Amino acid sequence: MEFIKKYPKLFQWLFLLIVFFGLCFAIDVPETYKFIRGQAEFVKDPNQSFYIFLGKEVRYYAFDVFWRLPPLLGWLPIWINDSLFFLMNEWMPIEFWNEDTQEFRTRPLVLQISRNLTAFMTFLIELIREILLGGLETIVVFTSWDWIDKNPWAELPGLPWTIVAAGSAILAYKLSGKGLALFAGLVMVYISIFGQWKPSMQTLSFILVAAPLSFIFGLGLGIAAFKSKRVEKALYPILLVMQTMPQYAVLVPALVLFGVGDQAAVIVTMVVAVPPMILLTILGLRAIPPEVIEAGKMSGCNNWQLMFKVLIPTARRDILIGVNQVIMVCFSMAVISAFIGAKGLGFNLLLALNQLNIGLALEAGLCISLIAILLDKMSLAWANKQTDYFGNLTFFQRNKNILFFAATVIIGIILAYAGTFLFKGSYNYLFEVPHNKGISTADFWNKGVDWIFDTFFVYIKAFNTWLIQDVLQPMRALYLRMPVVATLVLVVGAGYLIGGIRSALVVCGLTLFIALSPWWDRALVTAYMATFGVIVSCIIGFTVGTLCFQNKHSASFMLGVCDIFQTFPSFVYLIPVMMLFGITDTSVLIAVIVYATIPATRYTIEGLRSVPVGLHDAATMSGVNKFQRLTKIEFPLAFPHMMLGLNQTIVFALFMVIIGAFIGTEDLGQYILKALSDKKGAGIGFTLGICVAFIGLIFDNLIRTWVEKRKKHLGIN
Amino acid sequence: MSNPVIKCESVYKIFGENAKKMLQDSNGNVDAKTFQENGCIVGVNNASFEVSKGEMLVVMGLSGSGKSTLLRCISRLTDATDGKIFIEGQDLLSLKNKELIELRRNKMGMVFQSFALLPHKTVVENIAFPLQIKGIKTEDSISKAMDMVKLVGLDGRENYFPRELSGGQQQRVGIARSLAVEPDIWFLDEPFSALDPLIRKEMQDEFLRLQDKLQKTIMFITHDFDEALKLADRIAIMKDGIIEQLDTPANIVLNPATEYVRKFTEEVPREKVLLIEDVMDPSTTDNLGDLKVLKDEIIENVAEKILTQEKSVAVLDNKNKIVGSINPTKIINTVFGGRKNNN
Repeated sequence: MEFIKKYPKLFQWLFLLIVFFGLCFAIDVPETYKFIRGQAEFVKDPNQSFYIFLGKEVRYYAFDVFWRLPPLLGWLPIWINDSLFFLMNEWMPIEFWNEDTQEFRTRPLVLQISRNLTAFMTFLIELIREILLGGLETIVVFTSWDWIDKNPWAELPGLPWTIVAAGSAILAYKLSGKGLALFAGLVMVYISIFGQWKPSMQTLSFILVAAPLSFIFGLGLGIAAFKSKRVEKALYPILLVMQTMPQYAVLVPALVLFGVGDQAAVIVTMVVAVPPMILLTILGLRAIPPEVIEAGKMSGCNNWQLMFKVLIPTARRDILIGVNQVIMVCFSMAVISAFIGAKGLGFNLLLALNQLNIGLALEAGLCISLIAILLDKMSLAWANKQTDYFGNLTFFQRNKNILFFAATVIIGIILAYAGTFLFKGSYNYLFEVPHNKGISTADFWNKGVDWIFDTFFVYIKAFNTWLIQDVLQPMRALYLRMPVVATLVLVVGAGYLIGGIRSALVVCGLTLFIALSPWWDRALVTAYMATFGVIVSCIIGFTVGTLCFQNKHSASFMLGVCDIFQTFPSFVYLIPVMMLFGITDTSVLIAVIVYATIPATRYTIEGLRSVPVGLHDAATMSGVNKFQRLTKIEFPLAFPHMMLGLNQTIVFALFMVIIGAFIGTEDLGQYILKALSDKKGAGIGFTLGICVAFIGLIFDNLIRTWVEKRKKHLGIN
Repeated sequence: MSNPVIKCESVYKIFGENAKKMLQDSNGNVDAKTFQENGCIVGVNNASFEVSKGEMLVVMGLSGSGKSTLLRCISRLTDATDGKIFIEGQDLLSLKNKELIELRRNKMGMVFQSFALLPHKTVVENIAFPLQIKGIKTEDSISKAMDMVKLVGLDGRENYFPRELSGGQQQRVGIARSLAVEPDIWFLDEPFSALDPLIRKEMQDEFLRLQDKLQKTIMFITHDFDEALKLADRIAIMKDGIIEQLDTPANIVLNPATEYVRKFTEEVPREKVLLIEDVMDPSTTDNLGDLKVLKDEIIENVAEKILTQEKSVAVLDNKNKIVGSINPTKIINTVFGGRKNNN
């Protein structure tokens, strides 16, 4: 009894667990229950029950409600799908003037808006693409094909790769210095020599459209949310869901609304990239000291001047970090949106993975990662750059970068022209190295993979079998063995113990949504994979983080490594694991673990670092040894921040589990992927995405609430 | 006194959702406790005073006393809940946004405790900022700002960024910025509180030098009683939003109106604050010794001389006319005497 009085919380948790396991044992698995594999559910089975709601028929296998809830929300995806269809094809037909056919045509409003939007995006992408690669579409938009025929001089080629390479080096030099300039130059030369120029420039043009547009929208909405509580309240739930929404899931509705191709991809990317930009804008504007705002007002600023001359420049750093985030998301999406037909490196990567040509995939993946790292470094350099003042500069000093660029343009053109003579009859390597004419290392890698397989096959196979049979299968079975009531009790109980009635209600609502959807079993599989990944990631991340923290240099080094790893588009992680483990659940899980270890490590180091120096000194003076300091001082204080790391780890793990569907899993992600190729998949894909987002949000809510309480308790902010 | 530059008539500032209604119900009789129970916090409670041209009013109070809130009501960075504020006869609270901006652009300058410089602008750009906001051409505003840089003694550092300056230097920039538009009214919100003691003293002297030259109408906020005594023409002491006493430094030291004010005055070295005039006996003008002192000398400077005298010492005004007398006992009483009821 003493013990219980001393630790009342512990007792409550124990009680919750006892109830949970009690329920698990008390409720038997129904005899008819089996995990539905593959396409089985599309077969009409007389054993199925059904109900009709809103005119939609929902079929399902009925079980005892304690075991599995009936899919009362089963009509939702069908309804969303039908509404979308109605909106696109029937709602508000309006007459529009059609340029091509020179006549009025009747079209539904939404369809017309979406077509105009995509046309605009296409125009922007083509514009940049044609600067980089050459082409006529943009010129034709302003003139006509006849005009081009009459004026053949307008058929300008794209920029020679030499100019683009030198241009990016100069830009990098201006932003950061020699180091980054060298890196930029090398990346561009690498891309060119290895024959990835064209797809790289396609990806780049995609990003150069998506990123600025996301930035503008994010900044605008962020400002609106900062100025008006109402806008913020309206945006908040969307931002929350979007943070944990898998990127796949956004593709599906976009497919219906905007079709396929780069233009649709840009819009999807914006949907994903705008929320973090909004968040960082709000954060940055909030962090401005009130006195600076007052100083602006007392200087007589009107609202406009206050925003653009005081607030935004003062919040510049946070806002530019938002830009950095936007760029990262754009790269990630550049690959994923290849599913809806975006051209470029992502498409090649996907194609190569599909053909199991690991070598090609690796090359494309490396290219996109290199460009991502380059743009990441450039945008960060921009964020940290401060305008420096140098007395009286001469004209040359002030404009030297522009002059240099002008010079490279001329030299590049001359070189490209000279190339036409030099490489007579073959390809002009000084203009563009064609896709299949560069140096290729694909064969080398493929042989390497083969060698690894030949040499280590036995070990890999043994490991694989052991992991799947002895760890994964039992774990999965355990998750599926949970009756829905037990899960609900556990989640709601945890919510109540952590955050009181409010938290309990929130997580209950989120869980119920998933439980009432037709995909509870799949969600359990997703949860099991994510749990496995998170547990291993946390063990690795906390250990590595703690070890690295012991030394200043290793800590900074590790953070740098985390930065670089985080820059890789998430899809790229699948390449090496497929190299090693082929197409199995193990591959997915290892990708999950690698990806999710990044935040676990980063937050551990950051958390430990944030322990005040004064406390360190105080502890040292009390005569603690290193280990005592770690366990008594640093861990307790760093723990809240480390828990935020856990939160990120969960989000990262979920993302990767869903992406892992590409390799072949049996979870929600697989259904999202399926929905992509399903004509009526929009509603399904969207609802599935919400389900995944909700899994993330359940943990997000619990962890955040706990961390806030704990931080208050410890008095740290 | 001629027309006051700043005039407040029972100004209230109460934070909270139904502050307005509660204030109406209370009939101007605001009790902080009852308001707090209803979720309202009283910032300023019935403040009425005037500041005349060229005068420096120092508002002194501890943190949470409402002094900064009062200043923000008068600069209209927050809107007062009730009461009237006149700036040069203009009703501040009835001004439209545009008029308010005009007023701030031309008549008001403000200095902040944490300097509030724009981090992305250099010293000279920061100072030129209010001018550029007003729409003055870049070259003109920069050359005007350079004059200000010289005025506050930062020449040579005009192209530094705020982060490259020390606290004292940053506040010089803040001061220069607030003066760039040549305002008539100068608000200073604890301008020297964030500075080290030595720098603070240096800045106070600098500030007095500037004020001597510029003769602005000033509201100066501080939590430091010594600073208030050193700078003020008149001091307003605030507690819980109420102005406890508003008077000249000497009167506050000699006649504290409330127990709260008295506590502040206890530790004050009076010989450094009071003038001969404040303690002299104006009725006795005969039977005096040979020594004569001026009435606006600080006691500390002449005390030694007076204490050597046996007879009372004659006090002269600046026209060399005898206006009163002072005897050594009086000096001793003032410096060492009981803290209550002297005079």
